[in-house]
Amino acid sequence: MNKQKLQRMAVTSASSILAVFVALAICAVILLITGKDPIKAYATLFGAVTERNVQLDTLNRATPLFISAAAVAIGFKMNLFNIGVEGQMRVALLTTAVVGAAVKLPAPLHVLFCLVVAMIAGAAWSSIAAWLKVKRGVNEVISTIMLNFIALGVVAWAFDEFFRVESETESLLVKTKTLPESAWMPDIVDRRLNGMFIVALLVLLFFWILVWKTKFGFRLRASGANGGAARVTGVNPKKMIVIAMLISGALAGLVGMRSLLGDVHAYQNGLAEQQGFNGIAVALLGRNHPVGILFSGLLFGFLSAASGQLQLEDIPKEIVTIMQGIIVFAVVIINGAVKRYDEQRIQRKATAELERQHEAVAA
Amino acid sequence: MSTVELLPAPAPAPRRSWLHGMTRHRKAMLLSLGALLIVSVVRVFTEADDLTSSGTVSATIRVSTPILLAGLAGLWAERAGVVNIGIEGMMIVGSWLGGWAAWHWGSWAGIGCAVLGGILVGLIHAVATVRFNVDHVVSGIAINILAAGTTEYLSIIAFKGKQGGGESQSPPGKKGFGSFDMPFLTGGNIGTWKTPDILGWIENKGILLISDIAGIMKGFLSDLYLPTILALALVPFTAWLLWRTRFGLRMRSSGESPQAGESLGVNIARVRYQAMAVSGALAAFGGAYLSCVLTNTYRQGQTGGRGFIGLATTIFGNWTPFGVLRGAVLFGFPEALRLRSDEAVMALFLVGAIVLLLLSVRFFMKGRVVPGVVSLGVAALCVYTWNVVDAVPQNLVAATPYALTLIVLGAARQQLRPPAHAGMPWRPGENH
Repeated sequence: MNKQKLQRMAVTSASSILAVFVALAICAVILLITGKDPIKAYATLFGAVTERNVQLDTLNRATPLFISAAAVAIGFKMNLFNIGVEGQMRVALLTTAVVGAAVKLPAPLHVLFCLVVAMIAGAAWSSIAAWLKVKRGVNEVISTIMLNFIALGVVAWAFDEFFRVESETESLLVKTKTLPESAWMPDIVDRRLNGMFIVALLVLLFFWILVWKTKFGFRLRASGANGGAARVTGVNPKKMIVIAMLISGALAGLVGMRSLLGDVHAYQNGLAEQQGFNGIAVALLGRNHPVGILFSGLLFGFLSAASGQLQLEDIPKEIVTIMQGIIVFAVVIINGAVKRYDEQRIQRKATAELERQHEAVAA
Repeated sequence: MSTVELLPAPAPAPRRSWLHGMTRHRKAMLLSLGALLIVSVVRVFTEADDLTSSGTVSATIRVSTPILLAGLAGLWAERAGVVNIGIEGMMIVGSWLGGWAAWHWGSWAGIGCAVLGGILVGLIHAVATVRFNVDHVVSGIAINILAAGTTEYLSIIAFKGKQGGGESQSPPGKKGFGSFDMPFLTGGNIGTWKTPDILGWIENKGILLISDIAGIMKGFLSDLYLPTILALALVPFTAWLLWRTRFGLRMRSSGESPQAGESLGVNIARVRYQAMAVSGALAAFGGAYLSCVLTNTYRQGQTGGRGFIGLATTIFGNWTPFGVLRGAVLFGFPEALRLRSDEAVMALFLVGAIVLLLLSVRFFMKGRVVPGVVSLGVAALCVYTWNVVDAVPQNLVAATPYALTLIVLGAARQQLRPPAHAGMPWRPGENH
């Protein structure tokens, strides 16, 4: 049994690593076609690993990715596809910026208060999708896509109409009222690595315990693996959908907090943009497992942190986005192929076993 | 005694409502005429002439066309059983290729190149979902990431430092499309002679209903571009193909029940490849429409989520070509109106109030109190908004298509008929 589990783990990690190499190879071809030297590009990109600034930036950029990937993965575990992390994050960002600036609390409590507000706001926005799915049978993929754009419009409108404050000092950038310093998430390494990194690691730990070590997690995975069987054993699928969606939304609320509590300390347009979407790719590469998410989040964080170095060599840093897209594609295609191969192998084995039994009976 | 007398006298026809027994088309005609009358009355009352002006109508057509093409792309994919979240990415590819090829060889080349690129991306999605059985949504997301990244990368390689171009913008295209007007009706030219603009003359008279109809007709018949006509022609063509041809039947079977289709000898995989190639081509055409017809340059982020509005349109239009057209116009109209005058957008609230009022009367007559009261309340809210607010914020206008689609999905799901098998995993030879 244990050997089988080990084997499966090895196959999973191998296919993910293979996907990364496939992406590197395809990007090398793209670089070559567009007249850039791939060897020089990769040497520059991966040479940056040793630089301390890049290392810290990697962790900093991986922070929101860990959280958004966990938010997506918890849905995936029961075949629930929450594409709405971006919108839930956006609603949580504005809500937290406004509510956080309105209250007075001592430092550690204020940060905690902000995080709780963010989680509630994210969960509230995701509850719309949950309600639509459970009560009205609306597919969550469609509803969360629509809700993303609605969140974008409504948040931009509310910010513009009610909460924007012209900044007194710098530039024309409009923001909400700045959060009091008691609500700032402290840095681990000054201006390089924010304390949200610890929170993100705790989120991954929470995700692991919740999904693999609790009764709820067992039911969640059972609903994902075989909904019919789960229902027969007394799991209420609607209740599971609602809970999973709410937890996913609550985590999504935390995604933007590094930017809000750790960096800008106020809401502005375009804050933490794309961080919710990027989590989908990270969750896919990490196969919805906390350890996998840890590695793939670090990889994606590193790629975007080191991509700046490419500019110095006159190579557009956007090659990294292409790489991330190809990685997602490669990983799902390889997984599909491996699964197919595995099924065929099991089938062959079963056939051979059956034939052996037949022969034994005949003899 | 003749046999005729033995037959009983025909029973008197039961009294029916006057709407009953009419063909569907007549009903639709009558309803739209009624709607037009309401709009017309509101126009005269509020003096928001842009509500039905030819300028608004032709702006609506221009704004709606890319949405229509994206919606048709979704329709083609889903009717064949493939969910296409990657429409946005395919549009991005189309707009980039359109801008690039128009810069080199002119606008028709731009659209041609975009269509070829779109077919390629559509086929990538088809290979992933059909051959490798990848989750349709995941593959679509990957296409969106990939399209955005690739075009940003290539822009820097191809456009940076060129005259009129930049890191996120192509140089202007060579020759754009000329627009043309209909002779006699909207003042087009025959040779060098400028014919009279009859519809325009009627429109400017400001008569109730008649001027409105003239304005709308003029909007349809003036300031035309060939690609627009092509795009509009795709609607009846798709309808004909889906319901009147063998290929359409196969495509629908692929979307409704691939097992059944396969058991009757349909090559489901091939049908899905073909449909996805068309879907990609349509989406890319929609993208190129932005960079070759509406403007003459590609700009980063030009598609601005229209691929997702297209997806919403597919749902809103109940997976039928004319439904998609209706959805595209409905979603494009407020946007076009906003471009022309805020006053006219606010007048829409009044139109909505009247429609809701009539609806509530109908509910009350049928004895359904709760929906009657709700629509009456919303009608009052509309009147209040019209009275108090001067202009609808742009951000909220942008969010309306999505909100409307969610409301339709949530409230009128019984009327929606999505292809039964769209997005489900399927392998050849399964479940026999």
